[in-house]
Parts: sequence; C-alpha cells; structure tokens
Amino acid sequence: MAPGVSRRSFLKGAVGAAAAAALPKTFAHAEGRVSKGDVFSVLVDLSRCIGCRSCMRACQRANDLNAPQEWMDIDHLDRRLDLTYNQWTVVNREGIEPSILRHVKRQCMHCLEPACVSVCPVAALAQTEQGPVIYRESRCIGCRYCMVACPFEVPRFEWNNGLTPVIGKCQFCAQERLFKGLPPGCSEACPTGALKFGKRSDLLFEAKTRLGSHPEKYVDHIFGEEEIGGTSWLYISDVPFEKLGFKTNLPKRPLPSLTWDVVSWIPGIAAVLASLFGVLAYSFSRKPHVPPGGAKKEDA
Amino acid sequence: MIGWSFLAAVLGILCWLAVAYGLGRPPRHGRLLGWSAVGSLWAVTAVVLAIRFFLGMGAMSHMSDRFPWGVWIGLLQSGVALSGGGFVMAATVHIFHLKRFEPILRPVVLLAFLGYTFVALTLFIEVGRPWALWHPLAMWQHHSIMFEVAWCVTLYFTVLATEFSPVIFERLGLPKAVSFIHAVAIPVVIAGVILSTLHQSSMGSMFLIVPQKMHPLWYSTLLPVFFFMSSVGVGLCVTVIASFYSARVFGKTLDRWMLADLARAASVLLFLYAAVRVVDVTARGVWGRLGDPAWLGALFLLEVVGGALLPAVFLSRRSTLERPRRMVWWGLPAIGGVVLNRLSVSWFAMVPYTGSGYVPHWMEVAVSFTLFTVVVTVFGLAVRYLPVFPKESSVVS
Ligand code: SF4
Ligand code: SF4
Repeated sequence: MAPGVSRRSFLKGAVGAAAAAALPKTFAHAEGRVSKGDVFSVLVDLSRCIGCRSCMRACQRANDLNAPQEWMDIDHLDRRLDLTYNQWTVVNREGIEPSILRHVKRQCMHCLEPACVSVCPVAALAQTEQGPVIYRESRCIGCRYCMVACPFEVPRFEWNNGLTPVIGKCQFCAQERLFKGLPPGCSEACPTGALKFGKRSDLLFEAKTRLGSHPEKYVDHIFGEEEIGGTSWLYISDVPFEKLGFKTNLPKRPLPSLTWDVVSWIPGIAAVLASLFGVLAYSFSRKPHVPPGGAKKEDA
Repeated sequence: MIGWSFLAAVLGILCWLAVAYGLGRPPRHGRLLGWSAVGSLWAVTAVVLAIRFFLGMGAMSHMSDRFPWGVWIGLLQSGVALSGGGFVMAATVHIFHLKRFEPILRPVVLLAFLGYTFVALTLFIEVGRPWALWHPLAMWQHHSIMFEVAWCVTLYFTVLATEFSPVIFERLGLPKAVSFIHAVAIPVVIAGVILSTLHQSSMGSMFLIVPQKMHPLWYSTLLPVFFFMSSVGVGLCVTVIASFYSARVFGKTLDRWMLADLARAASVLLFLYAAVRVVDVTARGVWGRLGDPAWLGALFLLEVVGGALLPAVFLSRRSTLERPRRMVWWGLPAIGGVVLNRLSVSWFAMVPYTGSGYVPHWMEVAVSFTLFTVVVTVFGLAVRYLPVFPKESSVVS
C-alpha cells in the first residue's frame, strides 16, 4: 500500500460501498476517549525533584500496597527501582554524566486516549470521565494485552500468583482521594513542589509560563502535551528528555485509532461476506458444476 | 539444562519415529518407544502445570514485565493459522460446491477442531485468570480486537463442533440428527467462513496497537490482510500433508489429483501473499532496515522467500504436482514460514525495542509440545474409532 493511501480508504475500496452504507456514521467515528472536558492532571517539574522518594512512600500508603520498602531511602538512590504490580511509581536517577543527572518519577501517564483501555477485552481498565485510568480486578482475565499495548510500558503483572494475579498500575488515587476532593498521595507528599496537581488546562498554562519566563533554563517541550494524543501527566525539564530515558519518538496520533479503524469495519465486512457467500452458495447449488479436474477422474 | 535435554530427547525420538513411519519403515518396538517418550513428557508437564497454577507463571516461564507475551502467544497464533484448512475446505465444498473434495472434508474439519482445542488449552494456561475466561462474553468492550477474537473463536468452535457432529451421530446411529445437521449445513458453513475470515485477520490486527514496538519489516497496517492470506495458503498445505500422512499411516487410499489441485491453489495463495509482503515493504520504503539488526533481516528473508515464495514456485510445477511426496515436502517449508511469521510478529520483531533477552523456559516449551502431542493422539484415536475417513476412495495412488 502506498504511504499516502490510508487503511480506511483501502478497506473502503476492498469491501465496497455496501459496507459503508451499512455502518451508521456515529459508530464508525466513535473514538476511545471517555473523559469529558478538562481532566485531572499533574505537572512534574524535573528540575525541582530532589529524589527524596517521598512520593513513592506516600503511594504505598495511600493505596495499601506492600512492596518491600528497603530500597526507598535516599542512600539507596543508585539502586534502580522498577515498577511492579505493587509498586505503582518509582523515582530513579537518570542521565549519562554527573552534570545532567536528574531524578525522574515514573508512573502511569493516564493518557487522554489510553491504548491499554482500548485493547482490554473486558473493560477491566477503564477511563473515568474526569480522566484517571483505573483498573478493576474483578473483570480482568489476565491476558496482559494492556502491557503489550501501553506505549510507556506501565501495567505490570503479578507473576508469582497462580490463579488470581492482578495487573498493577497507578490509579491516580482516583477512588481513594481524587473523587473525595483530595490531591493524589504523591503530589501531596512532594516537599519541593516538583509535583503539582490540578486541571490539565491550568497546568498546561502554568508549564508554558514557566518555560516562557525561564527559556535559558528549560527545554522547550512539555512532555505529554501531544505525545500519542496527549497524557494527563505532564513533564517539563531542564535537561533534554531523551537523555533522561523518555521515549521521544512517540507519534502524536492516539494509538487506539489504529485498531479502531479496523474494528469499526467488522460489522460491514461481516454483512458483505454473508450476502456474498449466501448468493454464491445458492447459485452454485443451482448449476451442475463441472470440476476442472474432472477429466482426470475418468479412471475412477 | 536437564529440562532442555529431556525435551530434546523426547523430540528426537518422536521426530525419528515420525520419519520412519512416514517412509513406511516402522522400527521394531517403535510404538513402545514412542509412547514411553510421550508418556514421560506428559508426566513432566503435569508437574509443570502444577507449578504454573500454584506458584504462578513467574515460576515456570521467562515472561516478565519487560516481555509479557512469550512463546505461547506465537504458537497459539500458529495453531489458529494452521487450522485454516477447516474453513477453506468447508467453503470449497459447501459454498463453491466442489463436491469432489468432500472425502477430505471430515478429517480436515476434525483437524481444525483439534487445532482450536490446542489454542483454547494454550489460552487456558496462558491467561493469568483462566477461570475468568468467559468474561469477554458477558463484559463487553467492543473497541478491543481481543474482544472480537474471543467472540469469533468461541462461535467458530461451536461451528466446527456442529460441522463435525454428523460423524459422532453416525457412529451412535442417529440418522435423524445427521439429516438435521445436513439441512442446516450451508448457513452453518457460511457463518464459519465469516467468523474465520474475521478472526484470522484479527489475529494480525491485534498488533496494530504497537507501531513503535515492532520492527518495521513486520509492522504494517496490512497485518490483518497478511494474516488472513497466509492462513488460507497454509491451511491448504496442512490439508495436503494431513491427507497424505493419514492415508499412509491409517492405510487409507489417496486421491492424488485432488491433492494436486489443493497444492496448486496453495501455491497461488502463497505467491500472492509473498508478493504483497514484498510490495508492502517496498511501498513503506523500509528495505534499508534489513540489516538492522542482521539476524532479523535474515529471519524476514527466510520467512518470505524460504517460507512462501519458494514453496509457491515449486508447488506450481508439474514435476511436484505429479508426486504426492514432493507436494508434502514443499508444504512443510510453507508451514514453517507461517509459524516463523507468527513467532516473529509476537516475539522476534519486538526484541530490539523491548531490549529484553526473552528466551522461553524449557517448561514453556514442554507445555506447548504436550498439547501438540495430545492433539495428535486424539486425532489418531478419532480416525480409528469414528467414521472420519470415507470407507473407500476413488483412486489408489
Ligand atoms: S500510560 Fe499506559 S497504562 Fe497508563 S493510561 Fe497510558 S496506555 Fe494506559
Ligand atoms: S490483563 Fe486484564 S486489564 Fe490487562 S488487558 Fe487483559 S483483561 Fe484487561
């Protein structure tokens, strides 16, 4: 397929106008986004983070997690931590030379159009109207498709549980705190103001103001503003993002649209195939068919 | 190490036996040897499964948060593709009314049914919460390709069971039930063909969500088309091979012209498939990534040239079509090509991005291999005790 030809138009050509007519417009254009209006958001200013890992401890407490705590002290900062099913955020020292070492907090980015939600077959991962992407254990089948789909590799699996493993990832403290009017545990615990909680549009404005008033300090990019359609968590930094382990080659196009382009055609394709095969089966059953290899079978 | 050697030994014995039987020279005590190899594999796998369900997948697989889908997904996908013969032959016989293929329809449908059993069993072990596998049927999320696959596969499983049920009813002596199934055959077959078309391609659509993770030689918006085309091609090859070996092993007769027609159809499909793959890579201008890394480029060539193009060329030649054994020989690389493709899409093509050194644990491989031997055993039993093959066939090869 030529680069200029989109799959949608390709399929249109392939299945014909009949399928197009069979699809209601609204259905074909439905998108993965559930959140309405301005979503909850956190602005992370990497230049302000001192790596105290208070947010990690607060996260463990706020969500009743029980990850081993011994690596959470400052003296263990050179020990790299990784997200796990019961450790939803980590702060690591990133960078290649001492002059550009920074502390980077990682957690679910709470994408505006989350790939994990769009692939989950049972809606165990779901986006709430205020933005946070939450996980509902009682629905999950443990297929781990969410882990494959997430562009930030956030969801984690409980590998040492045989029958009731869970997917673990940051819930934005949605049920426990946000919906009760409290800020997320991590941003409340941050002593330096590196984490700022608010509405996304306010924080975008804030980020732009900080970048604008200190252009000599900050990198001119707000990570999360446009990446894969935008995320609720926004990052600004005084060190280039690619040096801190951020994925800087992410497309701006939201990922769910890639599969939705195909999924939305399925009813049409099924309808066309059904009528096609129906007609074929009927017409072939009418005419006596002479097989091309029939002559060879004379000696039967 | 001990585990891998054990697996290699079992595999070696069985391959050697299979070749011996295929060539018509069953060794003395072959049966005993084969069954003790399979039996010990099953015993070991029982322990492996106990580990899986009591201690979790982490205890018996090398999957991890960095590489959440291991070799099982690729094999499961291969199982779906190789079972493609079921819908292809059902369409041929019942929709296109090419009745002369009817004698092989039953074994092929049985094979597809068992193939999907393999897939279902793998899934049962592969998902973290198998007891919740029914959830997609009740908890809908229609944006998900996985949701669509779950529905299609479940329904298609039912279709295959219906298509095969006359065999059981005949055996039980229930002519009424048989004629009822025959009366509803065409709609059932049409439903089956649609379901297969949808989920065969959806197996590829599942990976559309990872544009940044998959190597560009494989990632294409045409993945669903590739998966569908290759499943038809390889389904035909499996049909040829299965007919040949069943005839051999079970002493049935073989209609070699029918095999030739199937092989010719397979060659057309495989050729088209290889051509579309090449055009796709050219159109996206990613030939330059062939050497980056070189081992992936080599896999790509092996898959497209060795696993599709060459079989396509040779399966179309007269000299091949006149000798059933050669058709079988050129069907095998086609099967290998599709299996390699499924493994590449779900595993190898992700390696550079994820940077994970995932190599399956021997226990993962043992489980898959056990499921495979179970399927083969059940096929053998069914052929022996059920009227799967017609009593006599037209031409003796
Ligand atoms: S970062 Fe990953 S897990 Fe979080 S919402 Fe986005 S896709 Fe989902
Ligand atoms: S593992 Fe659970 S949460 Fe993730 S996609 Fe599968 S069902 Fe959804």
